[in-house]
Amino acid sequence: MTLNGWLQIALFFLLILAVTKPLGVFITRVFAREKTFLDPILRPVERLLYRVTGVDETREMGWMEYAVAMLLFSLVSMLLLYAMQRVQGWLPFNPQKLGAVSPGHLAWNTAASFTTNTNWQAYSGETTMSYFTQMAGLAYHNFVSAATGIALAVAFIRGIARRQAETIGNFWVDLVRASLWVLLPFCVVGSLLLVSQGVVQNLRPYDTVKLVEAQKVPHLNADGKPAVGANGQPVMDTVTEQVIAQGPVASQEFIKEWGTNGGGFFNANSAHPFENPTPLSNLLEIFAIAAIGAALTYTLGRMTGSPRHGWALFGAMAALFLAGILVTYWAESQGNPLLHGVEQHASQLQPGGNMEGKEVRFGVANSALFATVTTDTSCGAVNSWHDSFTPLGGMALMINMMLGEVIFGGVGSGMYGMLVFVILTVFIAGLMVGRTPEYLGKKIEGYEVKMSMLFALVFPLIILVLTAISSVKQFGTWAIANPGPHGLSEILYAFTSAAANNGSAFGGLNANTAWYNTAIGFAALGGRFLMKVPMLAIAGSLARKKYVPPSVGTFPVTTPLFSVLLIGVIVILGALTFFPALSLGPILEHLLMNAGKAF
Amino acid sequence: MKKNLITAILMTLATTVLLGIVYPLVVTAAAQLLFHDKANGQLVSRNGKVIGSRILAQPFTGAEYFHPRASAAGTNGYDAANSGGSNYGPTNQKLVDRIQQDVAAAQKENPGHPIPVDYITTSASGLDPDISPANALFQLPRVAAARNTSTDRLELLVKEHIQTRQFGLLGEPRINVLELNLDMDDRYPVKH
Repeated sequence: MTLNGWLQIALFFLLILAVTKPLGVFITRVFAREKTFLDPILRPVERLLYRVTGVDETREMGWMEYAVAMLLFSLVSMLLLYAMQRVQGWLPFNPQKLGAVSPGHLAWNTAASFTTNTNWQAYSGETTMSYFTQMAGLAYHNFVSAATGIALAVAFIRGIARRQAETIGNFWVDLVRASLWVLLPFCVVGSLLLVSQGVVQNLRPYDTVKLVEAQKVPHLNADGKPAVGANGQPVMDTVTEQVIAQGPVASQEFIKEWGTNGGGFFNANSAHPFENPTPLSNLLEIFAIAAIGAALTYTLGRMTGSPRHGWALFGAMAALFLAGILVTYWAESQGNPLLHGVEQHASQLQPGGNMEGKEVRFGVANSALFATVTTDTSCGAVNSWHDSFTPLGGMALMINMMLGEVIFGGVGSGMYGMLVFVILTVFIAGLMVGRTPEYLGKKIEGYEVKMSMLFALVFPLIILVLTAISSVKQFGTWAIANPGPHGLSEILYAFTSAAANNGSAFGGLNANTAWYNTAIGFAALGGRFLMKVPMLAIAGSLARKKYVPPSVGTFPVTTPLFSVLLIGVIVILGALTFFPALSLGPILEHLLMNAGKAF
Repeated sequence: MKKNLITAILMTLATTVLLGIVYPLVVTAAAQLLFHDKANGQLVSRNGKVIGSRILAQPFTGAEYFHPRASAAGTNGYDAANSGGSNYGPTNQKLVDRIQQDVAAAQKENPGHPIPVDYITTSASGLDPDISPANALFQLPRVAAARNTSTDRLELLVKEHIQTRQFGLLGEPRINVLELNLDMDDRYPVKH
């Protein structure tokens, strides 16, 4: 670890701290339908959308109708994405003449994964998806899955803030306002900033360039094995060209981070120099990943009239973020003890550390930071390969996701996930002092706690059951790329990432198989919708309740003590559930690696 | 339910046009106007031929060139239409064996010099355009010998090509391999 590395991490954190209040205030105003400086441009577009789609913007919905509208929209847009992939060969903006995405289970997996804000990628972007599918299918879902998340978080907060109310907002209005105000304008500016750093943005066919130095490479037979000539020498081909994939990358890149989606335009995601060319573009991207999640804590405080409660949540998130980055940065700086004769120490002349699967311009500090932020939130973009991280570095990333993606979290989903933990914390605090728990003037009763537990149980159930099946059945273990305990980590990471709607991967796992495509698709859908519905039920129930003014016996939710208790609940719940699986994967691997064992 | 279903269908179509088609096309137009070279991948030409992108690695294996980091992109590496990494886990025997082999070769090439870690590891994208200054200095004696020039002169050139941290703070110091090699071809051409 270097001083410069920590300074870069501190700079990132300060930027997030600085944006939390202004952006939080802005989001509050957008959903309260107050005036913003963007109204002159966006208001006419908004009205036009309502006219075309038949939405009455003054009508509100109860929680059930809100949930139904959300589910219908997700279903329709998911079907459209599936269809678009299957017919992309006939659609425009396809200079490479890429055919239909096949087999069907790959298209299903991609549709499920992008609709749920997961963006797990079993395909390789530049060899599979036409420019049209990337723009109108994948980047489009980056917008609307994020907007849906924000809408639901705001609906939940309304449930807390309102008193004896039957409605929690109008899903269509929230969706449109999230897309037009919170996402679109920032993406226009952010995309162009990325282009200024070298992220490409064009519709041209792939370029073919003439290499400076022609290369001899082994000639491969049809079976993929190197050919051997009559004299017993390998047959060589001469390569004189390089084909360079292009595309409308920047417009997809920024929303990929701003909406915590994470699906790369290229297979190498944000490690690809065309997606993330400079250290500044890297900072812009990690900032974009965490900004809305952090700002929503302020929105919560403001909408419920208790800004300090918002900061208490921010404090808990910040503490968990710091713990994660400390472990990952430290572990990656140590390098790999199995590599002998290699200089892995940081110096003025090299970043050092575990550089397998990392880029020089980012080094270990920015790779660890990006990896931590992308797993804290449900983003899943990567600028280095998590599969090649040291066992403890990779484990910290997995834990970030296993805690439920609430450390700033996915846009919206992080907020409502955190609020479920808040309800559990208030409940446990109430049990400890023997009083009916209250949360911001609302009594927390059996119904809310039951729904919270449903929310909290669905998640590990999906992960552990599917991991268990995959690690004992041949159709699961067959796909493992790295043997030994690391193989279990690959499977565990995959289902954690899917259920948490993260989408990053231990990429060695060959997940483009019927089993993984189908199972991961369902895990993503379960992790999204089986958790959203109970969450909306809580919102509806809270909205109906009477306001109870706080008394001396009320456990305050604005203090550092509350933040500590909240962290405790999150960590204990996560640790109890996942520790056994982690001990068989990364922990075992760490011990064996230090004993000098490879597999 | 029925009304919401109709709205869902119409909303999907309307927002697809706005966010999925209009938005990226507007950004493309603006990017092409404002940052034409960068929006198109910073292609580099020499003698009238396009020879690569400034920010993507291409393979160099001759002794007279600085080599980029190892690549696992595509079948033969450096496939700029199929990016990716090795995805080897830290305890994978294949990784340990590969590194052992490369370390042995490197020690033969430049005995007694510590081997910088980015010299023997694959990059994440397989297209990492940069190497660390330590990596370039490690390769220096080989390149100087192949070009029949002094290491001191070449070292000056290498040092000219070090890109420092952005704003003195961000990222890591690095050297763009393609730029260095092209500049070297101009200033210290290979003597045949």
